[in-house]
Amino acid sequence: MTEPIIDPSVCAELSDAMGSDFAAELIETFLNDAPNMIADLKKAAAEGDADGYRRAAHSIKSNADTFGAVQLAAMARSMELGGLPDADAPIPALEATYAASAEALKGLMDE
Amino acid sequence: MSDSNGNLLIVDDNKVNRLLLSRGVELLGHRAAVAENGKIAMEMLRAGAYDLLLLDIEMPEMDGFEVLEALKNDADLRDIPVIVTSSVEGLDNIVRCIELGADDYIPKPVNKVLLKARVHSCLEKKRLHDEQKRLLRRFTTVEVARDLQDSGFAIGGRRITASVLFCDIRDFTSISENMTPEATIELLNTYYTLMFEAVTSHGGIVSLMVGDGLMALFGAPQPIENSAQSAILAAHEMLNMTAMLNEERAVMEEPELKVGFGIATGKVVAGYAGTDDRATYTCVGKTVNLAARLEAHTKVAGHPILFDQETMEGLLDPDGCTPIPPVQFKGFSEKLQVFGM
Repeated sequence: MTEPIIDPSVCAELSDAMGSDFAAELIETFLNDAPNMIADLKKAAAEGDADGYRRAAHSIKSNADTFGAVQLAAMARSMELGGLPDADAPIPALEATYAASAEALKGLMDE
Repeated sequence: MSDSNGNLLIVDDNKVNRLLLSRGVELLGHRAAVAENGKIAMEMLRAGAYDLLLLDIEMPEMDGFEVLEALKNDADLRDIPVIVTSSVEGLDNIVRCIELGADDYIPKPVNKVLLKARVHSCLEKKRLHDEQKRLLRRFTTVEVARDLQDSGFAIGGRRITASVLFCDIRDFTSISENMTPEATIELLNTYYTLMFEAVTSHGGIVSLMVGDGLMALFGAPQPIENSAQSAILAAHEMLNMTAMLNEERAVMEEPELKVGFGIATGKVVAGYAGTDDRATYTCVGKTVNLAARLEAHTKVAGHPILFDQETMEGLLDPDGCTPIPPVQFKGFSEKLQVFGM
């Protein structure tokens, strides 16, 4: 992949503006909360709940943007705009991207 | 609230966004409370005083559009400025927010500089608006201020049945000639405070103050069950209050204040008259003229309260009324029946 999974300048800016402790706390909140959002997404897809699906994808996109998780944000955005999928193909891809993004964010926190 | 600090309510279903926005506005020196959906936000808005709302759009239970709609339809809440903070897709959604009354829109992730500028400008707007409302209340009443807001400052009239009360301090000019200007204004302030209280506690509004005289309306802008009865009760209370004031004045060896009341009931044309910059809720018509003439007539009639036939007919207990000889008032074609109390 040519595009990096994380744009580190976004988190650096966040840390500058809000304080590094707060930025770390915020990332941790995201890492705790994201599995719930992915679960919401799966549940909405399974139940054919288009509003819930859009909302969950929207939340993931919004948070991914906050931390510079560019790939995750792009995937979530296309899911938000695309509506309910015929098959649940986009979800496993999103989960994999999330897992990689989470590792990268943890790495940033340890720095 | 100082010039720069505000009480903000942040409405967002996402925990990271709530934390981020709270921290952002707290760093700007404001206080932040959070709600995780529109329904909770509406409850909090009704329970507490907030200066500004930062509102997300995509939310479960009640989304941002529904919150904007609910605020618009709530006279107590519609003046709270709203900044929509959202990463909602589509320009049409942003346009919809503005159409629903949002003051501003900041895309997420929220830029710190933009947030600061928008929050500051909205708080300033709110402060000016609050100041305007305070001024409006000083010159009118809560009811008229509400009516003004509901009608959106429409300067138009309607015909209604109401009771009009005029009252005036006898010989105030000669009383005030022996007083310092400061003492004169202080006396007027005390007098007006007591009179306003008596009028508003009986459902009336003070529509006009000129020197030591005032005009009050009962039954406008909001209808009341028995405007004549309310006006008479208010006049009685005003008399009692003047008597109390006179007791205090007697101790200070100050001259007694004598107050006269004229009350008439009937059709009036009521509305906001004036210019866009300065308008007052008032009413005109024969009933108003009659009330003013009745008040003037108290000087010679020997009763502190005089009223017309229609007011008398509205009284629940007309036993205390004394008819006085019919009077030919200026501007009226025939002699009118007048009652005193």
